[in-house]
Amino acid sequence: MYMFKYILKRIGLMIFTFCVIMFMCFVLIKLLPIPISSGLGTDRELIEANLRARGYYDPIMVQLFSYLKRIFTEGDFGIGVNMPGYVNQPVWDAFVSRLPPTVLINVYSTIIGVPIGLGLGIFAALKKNKWQDQVISTLVMLLIAVPSIVYAFLIQYVFCFKLQLFPLMMETGTDYFSPEMFVSMLPAVFSLCLGSIAGYARFTRAELTEVLTSEFMLLARTKGLTRGQATLRHALRNAMVPIFPAILSEFVAVLSGSMIIENIFSIPGVGRLYLTSITVVDYDFFLLLSGFYTLVGLLAGIIVDISYGFIDPRIRMGAR
Amino acid sequence: MENTYENIPKEKFEFADSRDMSHDKKLETKAVGYFQDAFRRFCKNKGSIVGAVIIILLVLYAVIAPFCTPYAVSYNDTYYRYTLPKNELFANTTFWDGCEPRTLNKQTFDYYYYMGEETGHNAVKNQEYTVDNEMYTFRLDSYHSMGCVYLRINEEAYKSIQQYQDETGIQVIYPTIPLTSRPSSSAARNDANYYYRTRVRNGGTEIVYDKNGDIIPVYSTRLATEEATDGYTSRVRIEGEDGFLEDGEVTYYNYARRTDTGYEVRVNYYEYYIYNHTYVLQDGITKPSFLFGTTELGQDIFTCLASGARFSFIFAIIVAAVNLVVGAIYGSIEGYYGGKVDIVMERVADILAAVPSVIVITLLKLHMQGSSTILILFLAFFLTGWIGMAHTTRMQFYRYKNQEYVLAARTLGAKDRRIIWKHIFPNALGTLVTSCALIIPSMIYSEVNLSYLGIISLSSGDLTSVGTLLANGQPFLTSYPHIIAFPSVFLALLLLSFNLFGNGLRDAFNPSLRGSED
Repeated sequence: MYMFKYILKRIGLMIFTFCVIMFMCFVLIKLLPIPISSGLGTDRELIEANLRARGYYDPIMVQLFSYLKRIFTEGDFGIGVNMPGYVNQPVWDAFVSRLPPTVLINVYSTIIGVPIGLGLGIFAALKKNKWQDQVISTLVMLLIAVPSIVYAFLIQYVFCFKLQLFPLMMETGTDYFSPEMFVSMLPAVFSLCLGSIAGYARFTRAELTEVLTSEFMLLARTKGLTRGQATLRHALRNAMVPIFPAILSEFVAVLSGSMIIENIFSIPGVGRLYLTSITVVDYDFFLLLSGFYTLVGLLAGIIVDISYGFIDPRIRMGAR
Repeated sequence: MENTYENIPKEKFEFADSRDMSHDKKLETKAVGYFQDAFRRFCKNKGSIVGAVIIILLVLYAVIAPFCTPYAVSYNDTYYRYTLPKNELFANTTFWDGCEPRTLNKQTFDYYYYMGEETGHNAVKNQEYTVDNEMYTFRLDSYHSMGCVYLRINEEAYKSIQQYQDETGIQVIYPTIPLTSRPSSSAARNDANYYYRTRVRNGGTEIVYDKNGDIIPVYSTRLATEEATDGYTSRVRIEGEDGFLEDGEVTYYNYARRTDTGYEVRVNYYEYYIYNHTYVLQDGITKPSFLFGTTELGQDIFTCLASGARFSFIFAIIVAAVNLVVGAIYGSIEGYYGGKVDIVMERVADILAAVPSVIVITLLKLHMQGSSTILILFLAFFLTGWIGMAHTTRMQFYRYKNQEYVLAARTLGAKDRRIIWKHIFPNALGTLVTSCALIIPSMIYSEVNLSYLGIISLSSGDLTSVGTLLANGQPFLTSYPHIIAFPSVFLALLLLSFNLFGNGLRDAFNPSLRGSED
């Protein structure tokens, strides 16, 4: 029951934070004049008429209500104004069409990254202060300190250009599950998962070494368990308490992806859409995607806190 | 001996302080303060010392390098674009010599080879090559590979070059080619390196060889007895050149072609560059030599990187300082007073912290279109940056505010302000210094990301940033990797060393770890 209350409170707070942020964003955006680029092939009058029909020149509060009303009754988040390829088209459709590559790349990276990261961390913890641990720790430190932009360039140069193992850019098209598409996604996946491998390895090593030195491990060994049994049944389970929430939150965060990686490998994902909406100044896109990113960030945070309670009974009791 | 006194006589007493009383002795070891102790333990950590040394070297590079090179950020040269890194010390090796290995067919190879044959400035390094299966392998010198170019200059400049040639004896201007003998394809027409007969084949320009396999020069010449007609002039040339004999007659080369506005001359660009910088501009550049190569705009990467780094360092330190002050004050108030004040202030901080920084910077950019990028960037980093500091301070206050010594201070009548600043805040200082050291690289990294993504642009005039260099260089990753390599290495080294340094600092400032490392 306490848990339930706690979750409700956290979700309530999250919704409150989200609403405040979005309200500020909305007002700040609507204070600005709407720029309409008069490029080739854009029908300025048509766009303006469309915007007028949607009430984009009304007072801000009126706009806010009609914006919310359209979202909740029709699922309509507005139309593109300057976004190349999406002028006068619903932003929600564009957003949904850009989701699959982002999500796929991040899911692949999580699938590769989590087991390797955990494995390396466990291995390093078991071999603590031996040369294996030293090597892993050095590598992990390197990967964490060196920014992803640098090793993305390195991967692109070495694997895609010099060795020609992968194409330089992601394949175009929407056939996301074809083998060629998968191969062309791999450099981006590697660049993404290197960071998370390092993060998990460091985290797991730290947690596990702490658990391994605790007294109940000694007790388990005195009871006659082998080192492997004790590690697997007692140490690992306890070490997973803080690690598991991190993995869960990573699964939520896969939605947001990395703008840098998407930009380097030209992945037609949400990050690039967001970036384009900023460079061409398209407010409806910007609002929708800002909301999306804020929500994903908040959700990832809240999931860590809540899942702690579910996993660790001690924390659940402590909520009292 | 009988010691049966009723009262101990006076003379039996001695003054205590004259005796050797070891328990009252002053400590002979020096007292070690908090920061002294932290410093001592920091020095024990080898990794962080290495990190600190690298940081110092990088800072020195950023501060000193712009004064050591004659190039400025705004300097650029269209002919020296994509130039490879060259260190004069390595000029005779195959490493860092400004050359790249190439394997080309005979036609393209000869194009480079005969540049050197004419002017002595070898595009093919040392004119050395190996032939294998009709393919020529050699090292192409990026400092000479543009060879000769046609320049249109006025008479004054023409005379100035002539004067320079007379003074130094170095040939800058080479005989010009008559319009009729230039390659007929429009792509090669303005290429001054075709000083020999060519023909068009398969849409490309091909060199025509004579019987012996040599090229056939097609310089514009005239007899010594003739006056310069047809627009070509040889009045200005190397002094003392007496022409050469052709069919028994003294013949001169024509060194320029008259145009409507002046002269069109064919100069060796390497020599022209030296002439232009030492003789005309006198800007301290003695010859083209770029330690880290040049960008796609012809900027010197060594200078740009140093200026970008200097900007990043100064900017990051200022932002970190402002964040530290604001965060410390905010966090102190939150942590000390607690209760409702804390709840309200925490909400505000939470909401601000939940806004992705991209949104903040975009909104600022849209609303402050007239103001400078630096101001926008500063505001954006400030708005999201101080929260971490406030959080750290708050945690420390929660830890210390109910301890006995604080209670004692309050009992003695200390005011809130005194308790906050004199008694509790110094405890938080160590952690704050650490987060300051860690916030600097993260800020540099965000700036790089934002510039790379094109959300902010810091390149204007004498200002550039590491992110701008990376963003501009990325399209040339495959063809000219050096443009992106040096900024990347710099960034990686910087973040790595700050990471080591910060970790060492964090451990050093954590008293609970005292003794555990040994």
